[in-house]
Amino acid sequence: MVDYPGAANPPFRLSMLIYDRRYRSLTIQAVVFILVMLFASWLIDNTLKNLAIMGKTLSFDFLFRRAGYDIPQQLIPYNSDDTHLRATTVGLLNTLQVAILGCISATIVGVIVGVLRLSSNWLIARLMTVYVEIFRNIPLLLWILVILAIFTEVMPAPNAYRGENPAASMIMFDMIAPTNRYTAVPSIGMSNPPGVIAIGREGISWAFIAYVTVLLLAYLGHRFLKERAQRIQDETGNRPTTWWIILAMYVLPVLFLTWYFGLHLIPPVLRGFNFAEGTNLDNAFVVLWLALTLYTGAFIAEIVRAGILAVSKGQSEAAFALGLRPRRTMRLVVLPQALRVIIPPLISQYLNLTKNSSLAIAVGFMDLRGTLGGTTLNQTGREMECMVLMMGIYLVLCLVISAGMNVFNNSVRLKER
Amino acid sequence: MSNPDPRSVAFVRKTMLPPEPPPARASGAVLWLRENLFSGPLNILLTLIGLGILWLIFSTLWPWLSNSVWNAESMADCRKIIAAAHGPDASGACFAIIKHRWNQFVFGFYPSDLYWRPVLAFGTLFLALAPVLFADSPKARRIVTGLAVALTFVISAVLGATVVELGGMAILMLAWVYLIETRTGPVVLASLIYPFFAVWLLWGGTIWEPAMALAGFVLGFVVWRALSAYGMFAFAAAVVVAAFWWLALSDIVSRGIATVLPMRLAPVSSDQFGGFVLSITIGVSGIALSLPLGVILALARRSDLPIIKIMAVIFIEFIRGVPLITLLFVASLLLNYFLPPGTNFDIILRVIIMVTLFASAYMAEVIRGGLAALPKGQYEAADALGLDYWKAQRLIILPQALKISIPGIVSTFIGMFKDTTLVVFVGLFDPLKAMSDTIRASFEWKGAYWEPYIFVGSIFFILCFGMSRYSMYLERRLKRDHR
Repeated sequence: MVDYPGAANPPFRLSMLIYDRRYRSLTIQAVVFILVMLFASWLIDNTLKNLAIMGKTLSFDFLFRRAGYDIPQQLIPYNSDDTHLRATTVGLLNTLQVAILGCISATIVGVIVGVLRLSSNWLIARLMTVYVEIFRNIPLLLWILVILAIFTEVMPAPNAYRGENPAASMIMFDMIAPTNRYTAVPSIGMSNPPGVIAIGREGISWAFIAYVTVLLLAYLGHRFLKERAQRIQDETGNRPTTWWIILAMYVLPVLFLTWYFGLHLIPPVLRGFNFAEGTNLDNAFVVLWLALTLYTGAFIAEIVRAGILAVSKGQSEAAFALGLRPRRTMRLVVLPQALRVIIPPLISQYLNLTKNSSLAIAVGFMDLRGTLGGTTLNQTGREMECMVLMMGIYLVLCLVISAGMNVFNNSVRLKER
Repeated sequence: MSNPDPRSVAFVRKTMLPPEPPPARASGAVLWLRENLFSGPLNILLTLIGLGILWLIFSTLWPWLSNSVWNAESMADCRKIIAAAHGPDASGACFAIIKHRWNQFVFGFYPSDLYWRPVLAFGTLFLALAPVLFADSPKARRIVTGLAVALTFVISAVLGATVVELGGMAILMLAWVYLIETRTGPVVLASLIYPFFAVWLLWGGTIWEPAMALAGFVLGFVVWRALSAYGMFAFAAAVVVAAFWWLALSDIVSRGIATVLPMRLAPVSSDQFGGFVLSITIGVSGIALSLPLGVILALARRSDLPIIKIMAVIFIEFIRGVPLITLLFVASLLLNYFLPPGTNFDIILRVIIMVTLFASAYMAEVIRGGLAALPKGQYEAADALGLDYWKAQRLIILPQALKISIPGIVSTFIGMFKDTTLVVFVGLFDPLKAMSDTIRASFEWKGAYWEPYIFVGSIFFILCFGMSRYSMYLERRLKRDHR
């Protein structure tokens, strides 16, 4: 809508609300807004009426009452005497745990498969294609159920690991023992443990803080060294070799801390009828994690493949012509361009994985939906409050993930003039 | 150089030698193997690993598959047969469960003498879609329609449709095919009528209910055309008239006509739906409804009008931020709160609404990507031609934007179709979990885990893989430029 300087502004008439494009947009917006508001108020009115008929009021008091149910796997201390709010928190942490671990492992699987699918090896490329197509075209629910069936039907009972000549043997250097009820994995022990800071009922080990601090310092040192190397290169044209200093900065303090605290793995050992010493992971968690990893990994593999193919061959040839070595060509020319294509769909895969973790319902894993939207909802009968709260939490979770990934995306995006 | 004297040379070749075949190492299978499997140490290692994986899969699955039993009455029967044939320790697949209960996986609890109805609805779906899907490839269209007609007829006959029903089906489908082949205009009308016809076939009851619902659309369209001189008013009036028809009149009229001329099919209630009939019903209606809704949402999100844009953004981001399961729970637990007290409507319809809303938000984002990818010159050219907003969208922008977004649209469809299995969690009988569990709950098929999953999984794979292949075909066909 261009205002022509020469055109006289005619006086406003009511009909201009419909026939003049300048005012018509206002009319349309007002009408739509009023209609939507009417619709919303109709919904709210119905809800209030229905609640009144059932004699219910909207209140979140139930969150502070005793939950009275157990959760098999928990990251923070919890027992059935705790409140529904704490049960919800445990569920949320379980969701986060499976989502974060799933994102990491799915990315690893996806990158490996995506690269191998482009391999010049005919057999491997075909195998990876079959994997990707099978997992992409069959519902996730089926994979969850199949892996669950493998764990419950095929895996041996803990008892089978007993005796001189056991029917089953542990895998991965006698570290992991999958059974039909749980998967026994090693736990981390310290022979010289530092103290613990207690925050309420939770505790954070000083060892954890020490590791984080050391890694953070190493990262700052890494940044500084890189900037210094860049400066020297800009001035003299020679880039000093820094990789071994950087490697040492990361590795040596970590090794020292590990030695100092006496960190070691405690393998699971069969005591009585069950494994002890190690950690017994709930099979529901393992199944969900594996299924999400394999399913999302197939999608990420396609994204990675598309990203690599999107960088035209001329780019790497040009980099070679400039005299860049293969590693630098990868890091400075190919990867930045491929990442630009890969990151946005990768974000939505991470979001999908997080949302798909609600399929925990199929294996009975107590995630956010299992606690707040499951047992708590059924016990208190507060569908409205539980559902609103649960959807709100998922919404915030997804918005946070996509905001975080968008920051990363902006840092690799093509800088346009 | 001078030519040597022919007499002083012992031998001069008079004819050309035939070309030698290339060395064995540089041709044929050997060359292929060397280049593709054994070109270097890393590649040799990869090949060996690949062969190892293949061997692992083969050695686990082959004995189980080769011992499979197709004729048995129960799981125990199967085990007995396998033990008798291959020794007591052998394990084998018991595909007898599929042979015995395939109808439940496909039709759920649909009355078995009415199986021809879902079959006909599914077969005519292809007749309705063929003119759209294969618009400029008559050969592909003829193959698809021919196969659809023949298979529908044969399958219905095998499943025990009566002669009268078969005759009716034959007349209907052949007339439709004739229409497709001769009249390209009216055939679109037939495709538009199809959804109402399919609803009637699947749920049964009198034909006048879906017919009167259709009449509302026709009425609205007539009003819109009659008043088209008045622009926006025409559309508003059409909506009001159609809404009035549906809310106040259609019920009375359909009941009135039904007493005179019933045209009834035996009614089938929603809780008898299950298996792939349920999945495909939800999937197809979700696909058909979410595409137009997604287009509208995408246009709203790119609109210049701030209020409309904000509302579209809120809707899309909300839907995309919550898992489908929570929306399905809203459909089963909360929808009754939002409606006037005392209303209660069909659970399948509720699920379809939620699945549609869910898919349309994703669809909107895909189409928005297509709209954004279109060069700005296209928008400016449409403005320069003096087209108004809707004409510009319809004639210039959307055809190109939708073409760009085909891969995304189809993968949204595939995702939605796979997600129809989640309806098990609100108590509907999806083929994957609910049906398998139901069948496993019977005494004779206790303990059958793998066979149902393999069966249902392969059908899902065929349908989804087919859709993705079709999208590739469509992309190739529509690729007129940007080569």
